[in-house]
Formats: sequence, C-alpha cells, structure tokens
Amino acid sequence: MSENLISMEAKNLTKAYRRGAEEITAVNSVSLEINKGEFVSIIGPSGSGKTTLVNLLGCLDNPTAGELYLGGRSIFGKGKRLSERDLTKIRRETFGYIFQNFYLIPTLTVMENVILPLTFYRKPNTEHEAEKLLNLLGIEHRKDHLPGQISGGEMQRVAIARAMVNMPEILLADEPTGNLDTKRSVEIVEVLRVLNRNVGLTIIMVTHNQELARYADRMFEMKDGQLCEIEVPTGNTVTRAASQRLS
Amino acid sequence: MITKFQIAYKNLLRKRVRSLLTLMGIAVSAWVLVSLLGFNQGYETSLNKDIDNMGFQLMVMAKGCPYEAATMMLKGGTGLKYMDESIMKDVAKEPEVEKITPILMSAVFDANKGESGGIAGYFGVEPKSFAEMKPFLKFRQGGWFTDTNSYEAVMGYEAAELEQREVGDEILMPEKNVKFKVVGILNRTGTQDDGTIFVPLKTTQKIFNRPNEITTIGIKLKKGVNSAPLEEKLYQLPDVQIVSLAQVKDTIMKLISTAQVMVLSIATIAILIAIVGVINTILTSVWERFQEIGILKTVGAMPWDIFKLIWIETVILCTTGGVIGVILALILSRITDMVMRAVLPYAPSGGLVLIDFKLILITLVGIVCIGLLSGIYPAWRAGRIRPLEAIRGEAAR
Repeated sequence: MSENLISMEAKNLTKAYRRGAEEITAVNSVSLEINKGEFVSIIGPSGSGKTTLVNLLGCLDNPTAGELYLGGRSIFGKGKRLSERDLTKIRRETFGYIFQNFYLIPTLTVMENVILPLTFYRKPNTEHEAEKLLNLLGIEHRKDHLPGQISGGEMQRVAIARAMVNMPEILLADEPTGNLDTKRSVEIVEVLRVLNRNVGLTIIMVTHNQELARYADRMFEMKDGQLCEIEVPTGNTVTRAASQRLS
Repeated sequence: MITKFQIAYKNLLRKRVRSLLTLMGIAVSAWVLVSLLGFNQGYETSLNKDIDNMGFQLMVMAKGCPYEAATMMLKGGTGLKYMDESIMKDVAKEPEVEKITPILMSAVFDANKGESGGIAGYFGVEPKSFAEMKPFLKFRQGGWFTDTNSYEAVMGYEAAELEQREVGDEILMPEKNVKFKVVGILNRTGTQDDGTIFVPLKTTQKIFNRPNEITTIGIKLKKGVNSAPLEEKLYQLPDVQIVSLAQVKDTIMKLISTAQVMVLSIATIAILIAIVGVINTILTSVWERFQEIGILKTVGAMPWDIFKLIWIETVILCTTGGVIGVILALILSRITDMVMRAVLPYAPSGGLVLIDFKLILITLVGIVCIGLLSGIYPAWRAGRIRPLEAIRGEAAR
C-alpha cells in the first residue's frame, strides 16, 4: 500500500515503567499499520496493555522505545521525545478522543460541550460542524440540556460530537461502551461505524467486548503487551435502520 | 463559540456556597480597605477644613497643656486658663501679624443638653475683629451684635436648631441664669462653630467675673509669612504659649496614625486571609476537576489556555468581591463614620470617611492585582496537569 494511504504506523512500539523494584512492560514491541478510513478494534483482557497502546498511538504518552508515524510524519522514534506542548499540538490537529467515562463538563450544555474544543483550537471550515454533528448523532433536541439531564448513551454521543467537531483524522475510542448497557453499546458502535463509512474517519476502538469489536474492518488482540491481528468473524454489519438514520 | 470567560464563570457557579463564601471574604477585605483608605483621606480633609475655618493660623493662649488648649478651640471643654487682654497690644505690633481677635471661651453645664446634660460653649468675641477673621461665616438670619457690652447672642446653626430659637427669641445661659437676645443665626459651616453660641466679649467677662481677661488671641498672618520667627518672639511674652494650628494638625494626625496603623494591620490580615481563601478555593476546584482539565488538554487546550481559564476564575472572584466590598463601603460609610467617631479621642466635624472615584479605582485595581497574584499558583498547577495522568486519575498533588 502506498505511504499516503497509511494513517498511522507503529514500529516496535514499547512502553515499560517501574512499579517499585519491578519493571513492567505494558506494551512490548508492537508494530502495526492502520490505513486511512479503516475501523480497527483492539480487544484483550484487563491489564493486557490495550489502553497503554492506544495512549501511545494517540500521542497521550511517550513510548520507551520504538517509532510512531502519522501520515508518514515521524512523531516518536530514534531517541525523539516530544514535549507536552508538542504532543498537545499533534493531538489537536490529528485526533479525537472518546472515553468510557465521557468526561463531559457538567456545567456546560450539550452544545457548549460539543464546541468546547473550538475555544482552544479551530481548524478551518469547521464553523457549522457542531450543528451538523448533533443532527447526525440524533441529539440536536438535547443541545440546551446539561449532561446531568441526559442518558448515558446520549452522553457518549455528545462526547463523540465533541471529538469530531474539529474534524480529526483519527478517532480513538477507549472502551466507549464500558458504561453503557448492551442496547446503547450497540447503538454507539453503530454510530462509529457509520461515521467511519460516511465520513471516511479512521477509528481505533479499544474494547473488551468481542461482539462489538466485530463491527471493525480489522481486529487485533492484545495479550501480555503483545499485539496480534485476528480474523473478523463474518455476519456483522451496521443495521440498515441505523445507517439510514445517521447517513 | 463558548469563551474562556463563560467556562470559568459557569464553573464558579458549580459550587455556589463555596464561591459565595470566598466572594464574601474578598468583599469584607475590600470593604475594610476602602473604608480605611476613605477614613485616611476623610479625616485629614475634615481636619484641614476645621483648622482653615478657624480663620487664624496661630493662637496665643495662657500657659497650660497645648493639646488641651488646641482641643478646646476645636471641640470646647473645661479647665480654662486666662491671660490679660493687654497682651494683645504686644501681639498686634509684630510686623508679621495681619489681624488679631480676642476670645474668651467659657463653658457651662447645660442639664438639657443630650440625655444626661453636657457642656455648652459660649465664646465671648469682639464682633468686628472676629467677623473679619472669619469672613466665610454667613448668616441665615440677622447679623452680628454691634455693642460689646450688650446681652445679645449669635447662634451657630446646630445650636439654634437644638434650642429651637429664631432671631428675636431669648436664650438662657445655664448656671449663670443670664438671658440673651438672639440677634443672628449662622448658616451651617460643618465645623464646631455650628454648635457654639457667640456673645459679646465684655459681657462674657462680666458674667464670668473675668474683667479684662481672655483665653485666646487668634492671629492671622500676613500672606506668605513664615510663622516660626513670630512664634519665637511671642514666646518671650510672659506666661503665654503659642499654638500653631499646623502643629496642632500634625499632633492630631500623629495621634490618629496609631489608630490608622492598627486598622491598616487588621485590613492587611483580612486581605491575607482573603488571598489564602482564594488560593484554597481555586486549588480545591482544580483538584476536583483534575480529570476535566486533563480532558480539556486532550481536546486541544495548551497549558497556557488552562492557566488563563483558572486565572479568569480568580479574577472573576476578586473583581466581583472587590465591587461588592466597595458598594458595602459606600452604603455603610455613615456607620463607619459613627463608629470611628465613637472610638477616636478627637474627630473633626466634617465627614470622616471620604470615598471618591480615585480611591475606588485604586482599590479595585489593587484587588484585581492581588487576585491575579493569588491565582498564579493554582493556575500554574492546573496548566501542568498531564492528560494521561488525569484520565488515569493519578493526581500528582
């Protein structure tokens, strides 16, 4: 595959840290390539290192060793270590993040939460994205509500809209359904799938739920800090109703 | 788009009681500070006005305690000392002197004054020289008495109000049981003159059995004359002392400065407590929002953005608290005036607390600067929060 189609490339990415006298290698020499517009899921048991890996891929942390390239540009590697400021710049230009706990600001309305990133950084041509996203995610009627007044599923949709408002190239979702029931979980993953299909967004989703992981184009399994690609079971696609609602 | 100000403001509303208490701490400090600074300038202004309204710059008095004498001139009192009026000739011949006027101060106990009686001041004056010395005294009714031997009186504004007298009425001097006919009532001056009753000098000498005696000679100096050489010369006269009103002012200001230092110390402590309160409130709020701040960083906020956000919260608290404090000081300035007047040994007759626009501006700018300073540490700590630590909930406190 030509380089300009590669969204992200990791080579021997390693993260080790000390806990007392013991050295723990949370991510052990992981290499992977993710193409633009791919939906990738990473599964694995608790403590397998999947969140640490996604933090490295999302430039939330510096690796101990290895290299990371974003769109062909070297981010980490060969002794290169970025300051918090440089990491912030890369993050805001490239990534959108969603987390298990949503992390919405409780004092701001749904709309204010969605447009919050624009207070700090605004990509060109993103003026009307917030309205469109709320509409796309089916929460426009909740835009003046506070997070405490909406359901968990709606909160995660708000978090997705916030992550998308600056039109990121890659969306990182760390256990996005961890706090939701099965029905809402499926809805959220379907939303991600549609965003991936319709907007061409690259998505890396970490989950411990194998059923949800099957929505991705490619699946990886993390075990003891090592990553291996596994086959995506067939017979799982976005429901027609969800696709129609969101497209 | 949502501004940093809106984010900061909404966050302060999250913990309303805590924000309100911090706000009140700042407001009380600002109130104390404005009232104190207002008192500083108000007291001096009123004292200057009192002294200027005496019309003369030097007083010659019989030997005794100069502070007592000065206080007596300003406030009225007992324990008077007398000198022979012939001394006036010696004073008048000095080249630095423009005008002089003799005064015989007398005080009588008036059982009807106040709740349990009080001292009523009767000043025996020579109408011509006294009026020349105080050309700013204007009459509401009538005018000066013309005969220095008559039983006529001119009443200060408040004295007339208190006694409910009009021109043509009679007043009775307590203790002496002597009746005077009111021939003039002065306009309000805002000085001690308002509470004084002026009677002819000769009559006063007769009533109090002090023939040819006076208590004070008021001296108005020629323009631009230095009073020091004259004071030295006058000190050569037997059994007199010279009281310079500039010195009186200095002495009173020195006495008052002790009270000012005390109040200033209290204000400083109040401000320090308010600063600690602000730092505590903002720092607690930063730790409570540890994860939120980390998330702000993941959505694109730079350390400086977070710093500004937290700083704005501090400035909102301090500015609002400062404005409330200034409003409190303005509303309660009369009460402050009354409290100060009750506490101080001597208070001039004008307003003791003078709060003007310049003072308000200085206080607000000062409080905002203090707010900015006290916000630096919490804002800096917030700016240093790393998103990964925040998401993991590992607060490096």
